[in-house]
Amino acid sequence: MREHDRNTINLERRKTLIAGGGVCLLGIFAALGLAPGLAHAGVSRAAFEAMNLSDALDALGALAPEDSTSIKLTAPDIAENGAVVPVTVECLLSGTEQISILIDKNPTMLAASFAIPQDTEGYLSTKIKMAQTATVIALVKANGKFYRASREVKVTAGGC
Amino acid sequence: MLMTTPTKIRATAKDGNTEVRVLMQHDMENGRRKDEAGNLIPAWYIIEIKAQHNGRTVLEGQFGTSVSRNPYLIFRFKGGAAGDKVALSWVDNRGETRSDEVDIS
Repeated sequence: MREHDRNTINLERRKTLIAGGGVCLLGIFAALGLAPGLAHAGVSRAAFEAMNLSDALDALGALAPEDSTSIKLTAPDIAENGAVVPVTVECLLSGTEQISILIDKNPTMLAASFAIPQDTEGYLSTKIKMAQTATVIALVKANGKFYRASREVKVTAGGC
Repeated sequence: MLMTTPTKIRATAKDGNTEVRVLMQHDMENGRRKDEAGNLIPAWYIIEIKAQHNGRTVLEGQFGTSVSRNPYLIFRFKGGAAGDKVALSWVDNRGETRSDEVDIS
């Protein structure tokens, strides 16, 4: 019941945000590092529309993520089929609360974003589409701070 | 209402943790592909997923259009024992939903 209530409330909040100027308003919140209430329910849908990396990071509220060796990003050096590129993110940072996967040369940057509850490991494996050779970025939010690891994947046949 | 296809879920408990492997069945059209007649195929993709262990949320995810067709996921959570329930639900950008459940083995 409580879960249901929370979802309903968040839905209302999203509607309010969209009605209240959508992307622009969210951009301001993100710039101020506020991104109110979106941390638990997930990220703003605007982040999925971002067509360049800095807009995507802005929409995620991640202004200057720090490179971290505690994030292990596994992806092939060369992907023969860009339609199916396996990616695994393993994060050893304590307090990992969010893992996002971005591709810097796809038409939209953000592939997926996951909210990681306390009892879930900082581990995720999935498959993504890549239009061309690009850098795959694992963006991790841990204890309210953003960290990242990146890796170039050469794509011989794009699949988007 | 369109038919949706069951999600394949395998959940295995080992050493106090549970590993979940998920294969959702969805075309994940990104809205930029064209059909044989040259018409754009409208975007149609899963936007949100949620996984639960005995009713407790263990993963929430949001997808854009760059997740591969038939989205595949592996994740792990603390706890879980044989016979417990693991459920995976998704909703796509057309409002279509699907929820499936398995026992942990």
